[in-house]
Amino acid sequence: MPIQILMPALSPTMEEGTLAKWLVKPGDQINSGDVIAEIETDKATMEVEAVEEGVVSKLLVEQGSEGVQVSTPIAVLLEEGESTDAVVDAAPAPTAVDCAPVVGSAPPPPATPVVQTARELEIPAGTTMKQITVRDALRDAMAEEMRRDETVFVMGEEVADYQGAYKVTRDLLQEFGERRVVDTPITEYGFAGLGVGAAFGGLKPIVEFMTFNFAMQAIDHIINSAAKTLYMSGGQMGCSIVFRGPNGAAARVAAQHSQDYSSWYAHVPGLKVIAPYDAADAKGLLKAAIRDPNPVVFLEHELVYGKTFEIPDMDDFVLPIGKAKIRREGSDVTITAHSRMVGFALEAAEQLAVQGISAEVIDLRTLRPLDIATVTKSVKKTNRLVCAEEGWGQHGVGAEIAAAVTAEAFDDLDAPPARVFQKDVPLPYAANLEALSLPGVEDIVAAANQVCYAQPGGSVVIDTMAVWKS
Amino acid sequence: MATKRTSSAASRSRSNSSAKKSGKPGITKDQLMRWHRDMLLMRRFEEKAGQLYGMGLIAGFCHLYIGQEAVVVGVQAALEEGDQVITGYRDHAHMLATGMDPKGVMAELTGRIDGYSRGKGGSMHMFSREKQFFGGHGIVGAQVAIGAGLAFADRYKGNKRVCATYFGDGAANQGQVYESFNMAKLWSLPVVFIIENNRYAMGTVVQRASSEIHLYKRGASFGIPGEEVDGMDVAAVHDAARRAVAHARSGDGPFILEMKTYRYRGHSMSDPASYRSREEVNQVRKNRDPIDLARKLILDAGYADDEGLKQIDKDIKAIISEAADFARNSPEPDASELYTDVLIEG
Repeated sequence: MPIQILMPALSPTMEEGTLAKWLVKPGDQINSGDVIAEIETDKATMEVEAVEEGVVSKLLVEQGSEGVQVSTPIAVLLEEGESTDAVVDAAPAPTAVDCAPVVGSAPPPPATPVVQTARELEIPAGTTMKQITVRDALRDAMAEEMRRDETVFVMGEEVADYQGAYKVTRDLLQEFGERRVVDTPITEYGFAGLGVGAAFGGLKPIVEFMTFNFAMQAIDHIINSAAKTLYMSGGQMGCSIVFRGPNGAAARVAAQHSQDYSSWYAHVPGLKVIAPYDAADAKGLLKAAIRDPNPVVFLEHELVYGKTFEIPDMDDFVLPIGKAKIRREGSDVTITAHSRMVGFALEAAEQLAVQGISAEVIDLRTLRPLDIATVTKSVKKTNRLVCAEEGWGQHGVGAEIAAAVTAEAFDDLDAPPARVFQKDVPLPYAANLEALSLPGVEDIVAAANQVCYAQPGGSVVIDTMAVWKS
Repeated sequence: MATKRTSSAASRSRSNSSAKKSGKPGITKDQLMRWHRDMLLMRRFEEKAGQLYGMGLIAGFCHLYIGQEAVVVGVQAALEEGDQVITGYRDHAHMLATGMDPKGVMAELTGRIDGYSRGKGGSMHMFSREKQFFGGHGIVGAQVAIGAGLAFADRYKGNKRVCATYFGDGAANQGQVYESFNMAKLWSLPVVFIIENNRYAMGTVVQRASSEIHLYKRGASFGIPGEEVDGMDVAAVHDAARRAVAHARSGDGPFILEMKTYRYRGHSMSDPASYRSREEVNQVRKNRDPIDLARKLILDAGYADDEGLKQIDKDIKAIISEAADFARNSPEPDASELYTDVLIEG
């Protein structure tokens, strides 16, 4: 059958073009790959190569023709052994070309993934509690998972011989050896990518960043390679990996070593993002993160590593990812926080109580998936919301929560949600400026007063608010 | 082409370049016939993809491999079952080389549900765990670190597998490539780095982008041996790859192969390739084409005659035609696919 050569689209946006020049004439034998014509688009002059081989039977469009629509037949080719007779009157009925797929309207997203109702592991009666630092809770989580699963290994700068820049990997080398506790060169982009490859290869890497500030060099692999590949592979390429390390402000190390990346990672589908506060959550959630088949960004906090908390002294304490925790019940205002800010929120709640304001403190614990349901439920009770975070406000975690709660519980709100965040500047070094920049207990107290229309240090104000509520 | 190598203790024991005379002693009829067929399949596949692009059935970025076929065919022939392959965005031929089905690859190009990524990846993002093909990566150089990681997993498991990690002369200037070289050598990872030097990083000729244009030397400061290979000669590629793979598999660590090759088409579909002359392209096509070269060897050796080769061509056209029809007729993904495969549930 004679072959029609169609006007090709030479760029994603081309709809028509000028057939500038024919480089073949009827009777010419052509092979696939031969340049047969030049076509001008609005951007450039491009060469057209033959895809089929045969003898040029007829040129249907004269050279110099402008505005030739894409997919218009421009020439007829005869295959070996065919005669011209076969063609002559064959009206150039364009081969039915499938149009580019029509884009259908997107269905609504599935209802906000129901956060696993996995009940928080109940601590059996009689379980003893023990005191432990967050640092050691994290260490124990890794050690337990490495004992449990041979494919789990930890890599990063100074994790082995040096025992961890912040001693979070202390004694792991001694127990598991250098095959599974791997010191890397200072090469974040490279070892993050290598970790992703190892995960594709069936291992479960724990990649430690000395701090998340340095992970900016590796963020391409965290997002483009780890988070997106499952989707881009139609579900084939799972990537079970944990990226962990201290995140947020440290003490007096200035802007490049003090940044909160919570909202950066929480923005990205394909990741899970966890930011625990106390030792039990650090341990239970890190164990869950290591077992999770997805890439998990696990944000720790240097200034919390040394704090001691109670933790149940039991085997296999694992917590569900995606579940916020009400750390203090209250009735007048809901305060959300994660990581180190949870401690400040709890202190603020104490101060507010003195004022007569009863604050409910919600520890988000997981930032993606975000447990908005727990926050909304609380706001329906308190009618007021303060979102506290350590990072910058613009496009921050608090902005997301405020928007979501406003959308879901607008009629329940008695005041616009208030946000607490770092001042909109790089973190300064000078002690006084650093203190001014970072959000703390007073900021949360002030914000709670604002949404309660009260004065800090003032007496009970909730009675007057009753008027508002009724 | 004179063989050029960087020295290293590990590569000293290599036998004298037998591939130089590849006419080729050591190459069997079966090998040559197979390689010729595989290269032809890739070329016809790519030509068809270009045609479907012109018809609006394939969209976005589409980087064709035409001209470079000897590289991937020669290297793949040196790998064993279970070895991994990873590359960048000019990846269709690598998929076919690992045995992925042309129908599934073409259907991914048309964005349909029967594509390898269910239509969600496209030209640059396809994978097959079954065939140990790990992509298909759109970020220039990212596959090098990931490839080193696959090799890390191999070494960790002690499974004697090797990862063939491909990248181009453009990616060879990415910092993470050297981070990966360093770790690969430091930990003796079983990885072969294959630099497909097709002379142009998009529109920039190697000399304008690289202070050291002999890319096989790029591992020297890490102690990684390297070798320059005529990437238009499938037998030479196979010979070099065989030695490099054996080196990696034996536990001696990484090896770099710089394949001197050439792409006939533009960088992507919308590239008019005005940075080089038509004469340059024609010269390579006329004198150095890897398929013509294999065809000549077959005829000279009497392994097949013109008729026999025509029949092969015909068979391949039928396969490609079937793939194209399949890719046109496969449905678009259902709208419900929008939210699947974001996370593994459970």
